[in-house]
Amino acid sequence: MDRLKQRELLHLLEEDSRMSAEQIGKMLAEPTEVIEQAIAELEAEKVIVKYPALVNWERVEDHPYVNAMIDVKVTPKRDVGFDEVAERICRFPEVKAVYLMSGASYDLSIILEGKTMKEVATFVSQKLSTLDSVVSTATHFILKRYKHDGIELEDRDEDRRMVVTP
Amino acid sequence: MSTQLTVKKNRLSSTVASLKPSGIRRFFDLAASMEGVISLGVGEPDFVTPWRMREASISSLERGHTAYTSNAGMLPLRVEIQKYLEERFSVSYHPETEILVTVGASEAIDIALRAILDPGDEVLVVEPCYVSYEPVIRLAGGVPKFLKTTMENQFKLTPQELEANISERTKAIIFCYPNNPTGGTMTAEEWKTLLPIIEKHDLLVISDEIYAELTYGRMHDSIAALPGMKERTILISGFSKAFAMTGWRLGYVCATPDLLAGMLKIHQYTMLCAPTMAQMAALEALRHGRADMERMIESYRQRRNYVVDGFRQIGLTCHEPDGAFYAFPSVTATGLSSAEFAEKLLMEEKVAVVPGDVFGESGQGHIRCSYATSMEQLKKALDRMERLMGRLQ
Repeated sequence: MDRLKQRELLHLLEEDSRMSAEQIGKMLAEPTEVIEQAIAELEAEKVIVKYPALVNWERVEDHPYVNAMIDVKVTPKRDVGFDEVAERICRFPEVKAVYLMSGASYDLSIILEGKTMKEVATFVSQKLSTLDSVVSTATHFILKRYKHDGIELEDRDEDRRMVVTP
Repeated sequence: MSTQLTVKKNRLSSTVASLKPSGIRRFFDLAASMEGVISLGVGEPDFVTPWRMREASISSLERGHTAYTSNAGMLPLRVEIQKYLEERFSVSYHPETEILVTVGASEAIDIALRAILDPGDEVLVVEPCYVSYEPVIRLAGGVPKFLKTTMENQFKLTPQELEANISERTKAIIFCYPNNPTGGTMTAEEWKTLLPIIEKHDLLVISDEIYAELTYGRMHDSIAALPGMKERTILISGFSKAFAMTGWRLGYVCATPDLLAGMLKIHQYTMLCAPTMAQMAALEALRHGRADMERMIESYRQRRNYVVDGFRQIGLTCHEPDGAFYAFPSVTATGLSSAEFAEKLLMEEKVAVVPGDVFGESGQGHIRCSYATSMEQLKKALDRMERLMGRLQ
């Protein structure tokens, strides 16, 4: 499969990971087996990492949760730079994302999920701030998610076109 | 006191009175009155105009760009159109004397025909085709003559068909490639087979290229790009299909200065200028809208592949449409006419398609299916059509 088609395949799966190999095959004019093979390869190469669902937890009742973005200033270490501390932070299951940032007054940006603000505060004060390399932290709570991973969570546009037009 | 109107004369002109209502109308009324219909009958993109263009238009309103533009359209927009046509299709028109911005390609078709026709002049119409050509020719005083294309020829115009229909009165030929409703296209080589005939009979060519960007696998070849053809071609296009901007009503027409000046006369008296806010959005589309457009085209191509394969699997013969966003499968194997099949499909399975004969006699035996609709809907539509096909066999 050529690179362009491979990219198209990835875009399709990114949009809808449940799309069958058969359907993708029809859309890209390739046999189903070729698509299956390509997906298997992409999975083996870790290009495709996982097939999660995008859940809007705000719509789930009795599921209290808060998300926070935490700016973390750290001291990089000789030979390992930021990687060591970043990997350490990644190991906490409540940490949903860890990014190394440019151009900011901090180094790592972390997205944390907890049930309550107190839970998040406890994590920051007891786990994160106490790490050796961590110099300072600033915690920002997320009030509402409007768009996530390219998907708008509310107000999907319905088809406003007339039924039959020339 | 009451007034009573006494009609002594026919209040409508004989030309207007004799125009047939569009065959699409009846189907629209029927489909619109039903619940749960999946429509493959829509002749426009299923994308909302990309935010970039909407934002540009909103911002122009905020800055107060609400006055008329020059009759021919804002010069910066015409300059962008010139650059765009040159870069994409190798046709070159001067922005000041050879490009006119219109209210949709529809207005362009109208003023082109009105500018060139005298009463009784014949215009060759390559069908199946968009529903407006015939009435607009008649409104301009012309007489339409129809050239047939067939699935066997991938709905391409052949030199034989062209030559056989030319008379003393033939003034022009009008066609749309990539084609609505068939998805047929013409290559430069195929155009070349027609040129000697067009030249020999000194025909004007009205080339509706509104679907030019929507080709799959191969770039669109404009007839105006061929040697000697710019001089006799009126090129019409617009923003509706490529940039998902149907409701903005913005198109353009390009022709040599003499023809353009004629069209400009009609345009300035009847339209004055195209809406300023739409022109602002179009400017943004040409300057920065390419990535948005390519994303949409990729999606049309995927859906085309899916739907054509689907039709063939359920037993409908379908040629590979190389352009636009329509498939035009044949339903003759079912023994039904286009209208019978479409009506059955709508009433029994709630899928709306457009009977092919709406687009001219040579569309008989086909149905037009727009695949500019979500994959989910396409999948369901194919399932429903399969059920109907099962009952018909």
